Amino acid sequence: MDQATDAPLKKTPLNARHRALGARMVPFGGWDMPVEYSGITAEHLAVRERAGLFDVSHMGQIEIAGSNALDAVQRISCNDASKLQIGQAQYSGLLTPAGTFVDDLLVYRLGPQHFMLVVNASHIEKDFAVISEGITPAGDAVAVNVSARYALIAVQGPKALEIVQPLTGIDLASMKYYWFAHGEIAHVRGTVSRTGYTGEDGFEIFVPPQQADAVWLALMASGEQFGMIPCGLGARDTLRLEAAMSLHGNDIDDTRTPVEAGLDWIVGWKKDSFVGSDVLKQQKADGTAQKLIGFEMIDRGIGRQGYTIYSGEEAVGVVTSGTQTPYLKKAIGLGYVSAALAVPGTEIDIDIRGRRLKAKVVPTPFYKRTK
Amino acid sequence: MAYPAGFKYTKDHEWIELSGDEGKVGITDFAQAQLGDVVYLELPEVGTVLKAGQTFGNIESVKAVSELYAPVSGEVVEVNAALKEKPEAVNSDPHASWMVVIKLSDLSETGTLLDVTQYSDLVK
Repeated sequence: MDQATDAPLKKTPLNARHRALGARMVPFGGWDMPVEYSGITAEHLAVRERAGLFDVSHMGQIEIAGSNALDAVQRISCNDASKLQIGQAQYSGLLTPAGTFVDDLLVYRLGPQHFMLVVNASHIEKDFAVISEGITPAGDAVAVNVSARYALIAVQGPKALEIVQPLTGIDLASMKYYWFAHGEIAHVRGTVSRTGYTGEDGFEIFVPPQQADAVWLALMASGEQFGMIPCGLGARDTLRLEAAMSLHGNDIDDTRTPVEAGLDWIVGWKKDSFVGSDVLKQQKADGTAQKLIGFEMIDRGIGRQGYTIYSGEEAVGVVTSGTQTPYLKKAIGLGYVSAALAVPGTEIDIDIRGRRLKAKVVPTPFYKRTK
Repeated sequence: MAYPAGFKYTKDHEWIELSGDEGKVGITDFAQAQLGDVVYLELPEVGTVLKAGQTFGNIESVKAVSELYAPVSGEVVEVNAALKEKPEAVNSDPHASWMVVIKLSDLSETGTLLDVTQYSDLVK
């Protein structure tokens, strides 16, 4: 991670709650976070079948406002923020001039010229510096790191709507995916967004840190009859991987572009130039040497991050994420291979600690909710 | 979970249940709790000759992979194939989930292992 390892770990407003619940805590991106409570498998299955509650308060928030805020956001993010209506969010990338990922993020349009970016925990300071510099040419727009103003709690799973709705006057049933609204949740002013990182329906709830524990307890009480349980970062990782959602630091980083990562759909191809746009357009026209693929193991074994991928005797790429998934009960993963091999059905070999084990390229996502 | 009094232990959190010049080998309750949900075991072939401290296989949880270390030197004379099919048993019943049986080549090595009191102190 970027922070010095001897720096004290930061704590979310729910840290004491996690410890009281007996969570196993680990350092993650400079934060002291729960990796699991009852076990990754149980937590993963709860989210697929019922619901899970996550503390994701370590995520950062950066607001951009000013009369040229839209222009500012358009310059520094790769997706087309002009398509957003007020109350709508989009997945996007903060890129280097080489088109590679400084970070991935969600862009929320709070007002005509007012945006909030939700960024990864370990990159808050770096992102803020890159954004502050990148928006300068836009003129009247400022970026403010408002991460300390928010706790962020996610309720994910098919029962999420039934669990959150009784606690708020916001009409959640009519809220579309990737939309959000402000209101009261468990008697606390906040924002509810129909987003998540699990491949399930669900909500992410922004509330002031001082009230985070009260909201957490209200959600736990509301979720009890539906079998909702608290979930840690371990299940969050296996859930997002089944849904083939990229993780920065694994599947995307400052050596990979959205085109290589199969994220062409978060590039605003029709908007004016933005940081990295020249490279992306070139890659779209010429293709890239490598592409991100999903794979499933044929032989028994788990291909994990950093393992080399072979086609015959030739090293053709690297695994970026891999696990045995609790729900599909298969060993799956993501990795980069030569573009010619990025075709479902192609057999590859993965060097698993000195043994070459067979795998095949499969379509992603591995898991898609039925609805 | 109590650690069986009759077992010997290593600092790497393996246990060995000795019977004559053979011993069943597994990992401790402390080790399984650290690993989390176990999903895969990679174990050696029968006939593999090991030195004490040498890697004899790998254990994978959902989160990560860890190496398994031989508590003693000797030859693998049996492998628990049934456990490979049901690796989650390592979590639910770690001290009954033996992985391999090692026929010891040097019985004096057992003197270097921890007894139950020493091991319980180690993980306290």
